[in-house]
Parts: sequence; structure tokens; C-alpha cells
Amino acid sequence: MTLHKTLPGQPGEDTYVPSERRIARERHRRARTRRATAIAATSTLVTGVVLFLLITGSPGWDRTQETFFSPHYARVALPQVLEGLWLNLRLLAVCGSAVLAFGLLLAVARTLRGPVFFPVRALATAYTDFFRGLPLIICLLMVVFGVPALRLEGVTNDPVLLGGAALVLTYSAYVAEVFRAGIESVHPSQRAAARSLGLSSGQTLRFVVLPQAVRRVVPPLLNDLVSLQKDTGLVSIAGAVDAVYAAQIIASKDFNYTPYVVAGLVFVALTIPMTRLTDWVTARMDRRRAQGGLV
Amino acid sequence: MHLATRSLVTTVTAVSSAVVLCAALTGCAPQAEEKKPKASGRAGATAEACAPGGLATEVEGKLTVGTDKPAYAPWFSDDEPSNGKGFESAVAYAVAKQLGYDRDAVVWQHVPFNSAFAPGAKKFDFDINQVSISESRKKAVAFSSGYYDVRQAVVALKSSKAAGAKSVADLKKVKLGAQVGTTSLEFINDLVEPDQKPAVYQRNDFAKSALKTGQVDAIVVDLPTAFYITGAEVPEAEVVGQFPNSADKPEQFGLVLDKESTLTDCVSGAVDALRKDGTLAALEKEWLSDAVGAPVLK
Repeated sequence: MTLHKTLPGQPGEDTYVPSERRIARERHRRARTRRATAIAATSTLVTGVVLFLLITGSPGWDRTQETFFSPHYARVALPQVLEGLWLNLRLLAVCGSAVLAFGLLLAVARTLRGPVFFPVRALATAYTDFFRGLPLIICLLMVVFGVPALRLEGVTNDPVLLGGAALVLTYSAYVAEVFRAGIESVHPSQRAAARSLGLSSGQTLRFVVLPQAVRRVVPPLLNDLVSLQKDTGLVSIAGAVDAVYAAQIIASKDFNYTPYVVAGLVFVALTIPMTRLTDWVTARMDRRRAQGGLV
Repeated sequence: MHLATRSLVTTVTAVSSAVVLCAALTGCAPQAEEKKPKASGRAGATAEACAPGGLATEVEGKLTVGTDKPAYAPWFSDDEPSNGKGFESAVAYAVAKQLGYDRDAVVWQHVPFNSAFAPGAKKFDFDINQVSISESRKKAVAFSSGYYDVRQAVVALKSSKAAGAKSVADLKKVKLGAQVGTTSLEFINDLVEPDQKPAVYQRNDFAKSALKTGQVDAIVVDLPTAFYITGAEVPEAEVVGQFPNSADKPEQFGLVLDKESTLTDCVSGAVDALRKDGTLAALEKEWLSDAVGAPVLK
């Protein structure tokens, strides 16, 4: 933050020299920052040491360590957990895209104007009400075991596809509500202005309302995406093996919980970048909206 | 300079808050496990060490027995462990009797499979839930001696391509399913080594469901369950055959106890006595008589 430089457009001799007071102030600020960092580090270290001693000193620690933090089982579990994670990631990519598209469609259907669209609005509303309320696990069971029982020709029996479809059904309802909130948060004057410029209602939606609406709801959307990423594991109810399930198979075979810990850490490692992305997007949007700086 | 004092105050506050946190945590730290008085000073189960009805059980004068819910037939009947019907319910009461606890001194406790092997204090004296004894599991829990010799069998719809299988090799090409945590799954992975990954189900209900709808060609379960499925639940299925027993040691179900349980020797002694006097064989005949045999898959 120092300003020891020649101001542009000035003759070379006339350099700016900061005052004594300013230099002192800056020195003081740097010292304060250093001190704050040192205190934070010490306090963190003390807390860490206390926790460590407390946990490792507890009477059941040896067995807990053997059951939850066994290096041998961690080695056994990691490759299988990662193999299962590949299924989670594929589901996340496919279902995530489908959910965004379907959710946006539902939100638009719910916000259409004009009496002629009443049945569309009613259907979309009924859909979101039903699938937001229906517990995901029940939705999964119904789709995964119910659809094959119908014995329909040409309908897949693949548990992963069916499970993915159930995820899309439920999550689209959540995401549709997020989009709808965004659409309704766009000020009516925007719509009025667009219409008075001669845009049709379709064009207004596409060029004026939706861009603003979507931009506003990016953070909650990313939140739903993180949530979807964790829920992809529920597809394992149909017999497909995802990361957590791979861990469970080893855990219940050998009565050791370490594979769960491994799977948990893998998921956390996957979620952290997504969370940081969410924070970054939110911060950037706040900066844009609060022009002239945050007060 | 007052700034120095300020920072000193902050440091003190930080450290003292850490200390307070530590104290608070210590407050909720686990108490040292109370070691129950050992029933006997000596190792090994002798008659007087396992005084009838006087064991150091979870609840004084009661024997707490754990099992999962739902409790499946033919091991239990009507999902009601306390009615004495079904093989494992009968075995539990026989063991209790052998230990000197009559019927109304036996308390049943719902223990999910996954929590039966959790470290930490157990809520049951022993758990009976078709748990196979294995070396790696012995690191986490204690087992009584085996009360039942298990064979694994293959169940398929009569119309499926797995129905005609005569050997283990015939099963390589079919889609197999099994329940998680069972040795059935190990048999599939280690013995059959099928081309397609086996489907793994949380519960046998889901496996049966998948079998009915054709999501899997065949499922692997223990022999009594296999006969129960084909006899009562999925009549359109048949028992294709049973896996040959591994040469070195037959697979056995054992009662699960806490690793540090003082009752293990007494419970094992009771199971051994029941085997010796023919009670176990009689109960097998009574409850699992259908499971006499199936062609062994070569």
C-alpha cells in the first residue's frame, strides 16, 4: 500500500515523499498484522495440541484407532472407493445437467403469464409440490424396483439409469423452485421496459429476465449441486456400488470402519473445491452488485 | 505503549480460551471403562465359574440378546425374536437355559448389523444374527463357538439362464447378486469371479426384488434362506445348487460378543454343550429341515 513512486505527468524532480507520520502509520499497521497472525497461529497450535492429547489419551483410543484409522484397511479400501467414486462422478455429471435443464423448464412453466397457460402452470406446480415433499429414498425405491415390476417393453432395467432418473425427478423440483425465485426477483420494470421496446414476451424472457434471474441464483444452485453429489450414493440401494457402498462392503466383511473414513475424506476432498467455487462466485457477484464498494 | 498491552491481553485471552475449551472437552470426555468384575479368576469355562443365572451381564439377572430388524425366516418367525420360533430364536433360548436364565429372563434388543461390531460399550450380552466367524472379524469382536455350519447356495428363477448351472464355471457369465456383509458376496468374488460385477444389496428383500424383476439372473444366499425363498417367497425360483465347502474349514455362524466380554468362555461352553447333547441338531431338524441339501456345484 505504499506510494513511493513518481506520479505520472510530473517533472522527474518533483517526487512524492511520504510524510513521517504516514511511514510510521504504515509500519505500525504491518506490525499489527504480524502480531495478529502470530496470535492466531499460537492459539490454533494450542487448540490442536489440546485436542490431540485429549483424544489420544482417552481410554478407548487404541481400539478406536484400530477400528477407524487402520493403515492396512485404508490401503485396501482406497482403490475400491475410488472405483466407486467414478460412478458418483458420472452420475453427478449426467444428472446435474439434466436437473438444470428440466428445473429451468419447470420454473419457466410456472411463471408463464396469461390464462391460456393455466393447465401448464398447475401441472408444474403440482409436480414441484409433490417431488419436493417426497423423500428421496422412497422416490428411489419406487422407481428402481417399481418400474421393472411393470415389465414394460423397451424400458430399461438398469438400476443405475433408473436411480439416476429418480435423482433427476427429485432434484429438478428443488432446482425449479430456485430458478423461480430468481425469475420472480427480477423487477417488473425490467419486463415493462423490454415490452415497451417492442420485445415479445418470449424475447423478454430470454434476453432480459432469464439472464438476470440465473445470475442471481448461482450460489444456491451450486449448493444444490454439492448436495446432489452426495446423494448420488443413494443409487446404491439398487445394487450398484458407489464410493460409500464400496467402503461398506469392506467394512462389514472385516468389521472395520476405516473404509468409511477413507470414503468420507474422499468426498470432503471433492466438495471443498466446489464450496470454494461457490464462495468465489458469490463474492464476485456481491462486488458487482455493490458498485462503489461495500459499506 | 498501550498497544503492547493490548496484544498481551489478546494472547492471554486466546490461550485461556483454549484452556477453557480443553476443560469443557474434558468434562465430556469418556469416563474410563468400568471393568466388570470377572465371573471367574481363572481362564476357561468351568461349571462353577459360569454360575447359573449369575453371570456379569449388562442387566443384573437378565440376559440381553441382540438381533437385527427385520428378523428373517427361517432364522426367526414373524419378525418376533421373543416367540422362540425359528432356528436362531430357539438357539438363543437354549443357550440362555444352559447358562441358567429361563425364558422371561431373556431380553431382546434391536441391534443393526453394522453396530454389532462397533467399538465401545455394547448394549447386549451376545448378538445372534447369522454372523459368520472369520479371522479378520475376530480382531473386532469375540465369537462363541459355531452353532451352525453354513453352506452357500445359488437361487435363480426357473426361467433364467442361470437355472441350468451345473458347475461354478457355468455362473461366470450370469449377473449375480448378494447382500452386503455376507459371505455370499465373498463366494461370488473369490470363487465364481464373474464377468459382470455382482450387484450388492443392503437387504435380502432388495435382492429378492431384483431377482423377481430380472435385474439379476441369480442371487447367492445361505442354504436355509435359499429354501425359504423358493418355498415361501418367490415360488417361481429354484435352488440351483450349493457351493462346495472350502476344504480347510467349514463356515460357521457364531454368537457375537464384545471383544472384552467376560462371558465369552461361558457362552462358548454353553454352545459346545448344546452341540454335544444333540440339542443343536434337533433344533436344526425342527426349523431348517427343508435345507437338507442341494446338488453341489462342481
